Amino acid sequence: MTEDDLYALLLDAHRGLGEAESHALNARLVLLLLSDAADRARAADLIVKARDVAEDGSSTT
Amino acid sequence: MAFDFAPLAMPDPPPVGRVPVVIVGAGPVGVTLAIDLAQRGVASVVLDAKDRVSNGSRAICWAKRTLEIFDRLGIGDRMLAKGVTWTVGRLFHGAKEVYAFDLLPEAGHKYPAFVNLQQYYVEHYLIERASDFPDLIDLRFHSSVTDHTDRGGHVVLRVEAPGGAYALEADYVIACDGSGSPIRKRMGLPFEGQSFDEHFLIADVEMAENPYASDAAERHFWFEPPFHPGESALLHKQPDDIWRIDLQLSPDADRQAEATEARVLPRLKAMLGDTPFRMDWLSVYRFRCARLDRFIHGRVIFAGDSAHVVSPFGARGGNGGVQDADNLGWKLAAVLDGAPGALLATYDEERGHAADENILNSSRATTFMTPKTPVERLLRTEVLRLSHDHAAIRPFINSGRLSKPASYEGLTLQGPPPAGTPLRDARIQTADGPRWLIEVVPGHACLLILGAPDVTVPPDLSVLRVAADGSPSEAVAIDIDSQTRARLGWDVAHLLRPDGHIAETLTSGDVAPALARLRVAQPVVAE
Repeated sequence: MTEDDLYALLLDAHRGLGEAESHALNARLVLLLLSDAADRARAADLIVKARDVAEDGSSTT
Repeated sequence: MAFDFAPLAMPDPPPVGRVPVVIVGAGPVGVTLAIDLAQRGVASVVLDAKDRVSNGSRAICWAKRTLEIFDRLGIGDRMLAKGVTWTVGRLFHGAKEVYAFDLLPEAGHKYPAFVNLQQYYVEHYLIERASDFPDLIDLRFHSSVTDHTDRGGHVVLRVEAPGGAYALEADYVIACDGSGSPIRKRMGLPFEGQSFDEHFLIADVEMAENPYASDAAERHFWFEPPFHPGESALLHKQPDDIWRIDLQLSPDADRQAEATEARVLPRLKAMLGDTPFRMDWLSVYRFRCARLDRFIHGRVIFAGDSAHVVSPFGARGGNGGVQDADNLGWKLAAVLDGAPGALLATYDEERGHAADENILNSSRATTFMTPKTPVERLLRTEVLRLSHDHAAIRPFINSGRLSKPASYEGLTLQGPPPAGTPLRDARIQTADGPRWLIEVVPGHACLLILGAPDVTVPPDLSVLRVAADGSPSEAVAIDIDSQTRARLGWDVAHLLRPDGHIAETLTSGDVAPALARLRVAQPVVAE
């Protein structure tokens, strides 16, 4: 399965949802992915990295 | 030096009663098919209402596979010599470059991943090449098909030409008459799919100097650039100092107003800055992805845009159409020569599969470029922002998945996967000096034997052998730098279809069953 396949599935999952429902879907997906991550230290590191992205896309740390 | 759009001087030809094939439309697909058929000894009449090659650059990116097909048809070298070869694409988000990619990092292929060349040059080369077959290709411009009737065993066409109207009969009619296909409309065939609301402006500008830092010919794509806020933009180099620019416009853009120089020039100046340029061509359009449910309707067969249309990001329209012609030519020639008509059904099966793949890829690219809802826009924005520093996210960015040849893997004519892919090119030493594999394979079925597989070869099948070392002879070529071994395996035999796709790969056993399948194949009809 390619990135394009995954992205299409993600957009499909959001289809027809309101903003709050989409927000909740994203939150559930993040939690499922975190719980599924075999490498907990890596997951913790990615939380920090996701936070530290500047407006123009550069990392702030 | 811009292209000279001289009218094609076509003397009014004498009508002929009955021909094997009438091709309607003398664009790249129609004339490709006429040449392919002529090389197989099949005569065709090509009809086109226009009187010169197409105005505007239109299809400009010609993919490796298409160039390999054109090589077999005799215009590949011209395309390569005139076209702008590029392999590097750069992707920008805002003012910053996110990353660059190289489409063909591997040496040892005759043709690059892409050359850029205006469609009018391609049509011009094809028409010139067609004139090498005066007894087999009857190219008639100024000739409109105004009606046709499928009589079961043949089709009767009514043609209007400057010399008057006449009737023409054909065993098969191939509709290569474009996205607005009059033949498709006359038959009332549904042409369904997905439409997109956004407008796109395409402009060709003549510009002697490169407005960007790099001198190399590259594909540049921007999401939300400073010069065109919130939208996307594409820049491509063509020969003759012509540059293709695509600018996305909002869904509520006024198509008429946007297609005026007064509106376009400020947009281009914002992009190009102080670089002097001259407008060459412009068009504002909305696109859609759609296809016919079936490409074969009795004795009328659809190929190219008349059968399927895609959005342009990915260069899948022109390339897909040429590959239709490549797929249809040998099958049509075989059926006219007495092969079972069922062989034609594999054209529908294989190119229908290819059309689906092209439509899927181009509609996904368009979806990424034109987010429909706030959450789609949010996801895209974060893909782009993360991609600056997180390489693993970059494959999610979709600025067009560039045309790749469809594999016919798993379909009727092929043996077990991975058979179905087109032959990969490699350098080989022949008795005539170094050549390319794609140059030496014939346009008919043949067996490519690499090393020494334990296979039984049918007596009526032509054979090409490649050995690991030794001296080349008329019968045996020699692998260079193990390219053939690395790309195609060793001690194997590949049965090649006339279009160069691999029908079956064997390490041992009898080739005859695979060859028989290729000659009389009947696809399984899906319920």
